[in-house]
Amino acid sequence: MEKFTTLQSQAIPLAIENIDTDQIIPARFLKATDRKGFGDNLFKDWRFNKDNSINKSFSLNNSKYSGSILVAGDNFGCGSSREHAAWALSDYGFKVIVSSFFADIFKGNALNNGLLPVQVSAEFLRVLLDTITNHPETLLKVDLLNQTISVNDTSFKETFDIDTYKKTCMINGYDDIDYLLSKKETITAFEAKKTY
Amino acid sequence: MGKTLFDKVWDAHVVETIKNGPQVLYIDKHLIHEVTSPQAFNELEERNIPVFRPNQIVATADHNTPTQNQHLPVKDDLSRNQLEQLSKNCKKNNITLYQLGHKYNGIVHVMAPELGITQPGMTMVCGDSHTSTHGAFGTIAFGIGTSQVAQVFASQCLLLTKPKSLRVTVNGTLKNGVLPKDVILYIIAKLGTNSGTGYFCEYAGDVFENMSMEGRMTVCNMSIEMGARGGMIAPDQTTFDYVKDKKFAPKGDAFDKKVAYWKTLPTDADAVFDKEYTFDAQDIEPMVTYGTNPGMGIKVTENIPTINDASFEKSLQYMDFKKGESLINKPINYVFIGSCTNSRIEDFRVAANYIKGKQKAANVTAWLVPGSKQVEAQIIKEGLKDVFDAAGFQLRQPGCSACLAMNDDKIPQGEYCVSTSNRNFEGRQGQGSRTILASPLVAAATAIEGKIVDITKQLN
Repeated sequence: MEKFTTLQSQAIPLAIENIDTDQIIPARFLKATDRKGFGDNLFKDWRFNKDNSINKSFSLNNSKYSGSILVAGDNFGCGSSREHAAWALSDYGFKVIVSSFFADIFKGNALNNGLLPVQVSAEFLRVLLDTITNHPETLLKVDLLNQTISVNDTSFKETFDIDTYKKTCMINGYDDIDYLLSKKETITAFEAKKTY
Repeated sequence: MGKTLFDKVWDAHVVETIKNGPQVLYIDKHLIHEVTSPQAFNELEERNIPVFRPNQIVATADHNTPTQNQHLPVKDDLSRNQLEQLSKNCKKNNITLYQLGHKYNGIVHVMAPELGITQPGMTMVCGDSHTSTHGAFGTIAFGIGTSQVAQVFASQCLLLTKPKSLRVTVNGTLKNGVLPKDVILYIIAKLGTNSGTGYFCEYAGDVFENMSMEGRMTVCNMSIEMGARGGMIAPDQTTFDYVKDKKFAPKGDAFDKKVAYWKTLPTDADAVFDKEYTFDAQDIEPMVTYGTNPGMGIKVTENIPTINDASFEKSLQYMDFKKGESLINKPINYVFIGSCTNSRIEDFRVAANYIKGKQKAANVTAWLVPGSKQVEAQIIKEGLKDVFDAAGFQLRQPGCSACLAMNDDKIPQGEYCVSTSNRNFEGRQGQGSRTILASPLVAAATAIEGKIVDITKQLN
């Protein structure tokens, strides 16, 4: 897993609520057996029109927006547990997703792939979406060590929560398998004296 | 202070607690399928890690399988490759696989309970969000991502933070024609799609106590649609009777011993939940959804609400519905009865009972997709297939089918489908398709009439 400490980048607004993982990566693209290339089909049915031409009104296709931070509406990543959603966002180039609320499974999947979910207050999100929509050149700074997200060179700033263990994993690029493998003896002992 | 059902099962499975961090939770059963497992197998292989407990893993092919001509090679190259990959991975790692055509093959959340793989008091996971289904047995069951599938392969454990507790109580007697699907659609419509996020939900009260296991599975299945990782119902005599004599259930004395333990699991009277909601069974009516998430549901007799909000309007625009209008008399060309929510024998009995002696409307394409080979066999054995055939319905072979439309069972662009599945997201049933979630009874009635009808009038 790639390490993450701080990131400074422009951001892309996506002011839609309840974005589900079927929109992030539609089921018809889940037939692959490896993790590569899902970025091509990220938000496929929103990025492209029915005739496969580019949907110019969609923010990811708007040339004034760029960057590796996606700022999205409330309850991002609800629905299916498909980790392909996290792979697609990473593969497209996102490193941080900002929202006022994340669905559980998506949040876990993102963290397991070095993609940082930053949960902010509804009010912070509203102002942030306004700011980057109207001033696309705005730089955001995400500082995982101090758990802050800020609009660069301003006092507009908020702290965010992250599980201490997961934070350590992100900073060092560790994953859960490394930890669990180190516990095999304890797990075997647990199996031997299970009470249920 | 007393413990909840969830506490009791969770606490019995904690291997270790990391200071200021998550807990190591032991997983009893791991279910896998072709779509979310290949990358996990690859990861283990790349890191040279063996599968730790292959005999606690069961595999089936369901998401990406055809529902016609299953005896022939799968036509789609990518789908066939994915299925072959599953077979190879299972063979290599000594994992039991019920592949396409096997008499135990079926949707993972239908086949595991009917084989007795699912038992009360267990922890179960699968790379599929509807794993919450198994909570109907008083099991902690939840969906996981592929990285976690790899973790369970490697260690039979997961690192997790214990979720908060939520209880939804529904007391009273359900009205005629109100099915378990209506109960859960009603709850989600009331509470919204993220009310359960961060929580594990217990369903309690007369309504669930009086429900069959099939009905309880329908309810728990959709827990994830209100954001809850899982839903549970306390095991009782209905549960024990269902599990008894199933293929993988303990037998004889071993079974009795288990039952004695399972009887200790229900929530203690003095246990406290982080959040509680109570509803009255009499307020529930047959439900339909009108929008693009499962929380956008109304009683079939109600009108679409008038809400001024951009996401709400985007959703109605996609569905081509208007604020304040009724769905009754909307012409419908597609009906799907199937998916891990509603593809068990009871669902087909309800449909057949309504359909018997009637004829499907000419404009409707109606697909009936059983959840498993065993359900399919039962449909034939009980003569339900004859009812469906005579009425012009198409009984297909088992699989996830048009619930997520990974195979050829796709609803065409712009068409409405009244569906017994669990998600009405944009394009879920095929690009540009428009899904209306409902019970098998409402779906069957829609197929007969060719439009949405006020089923309550027919029932009363």
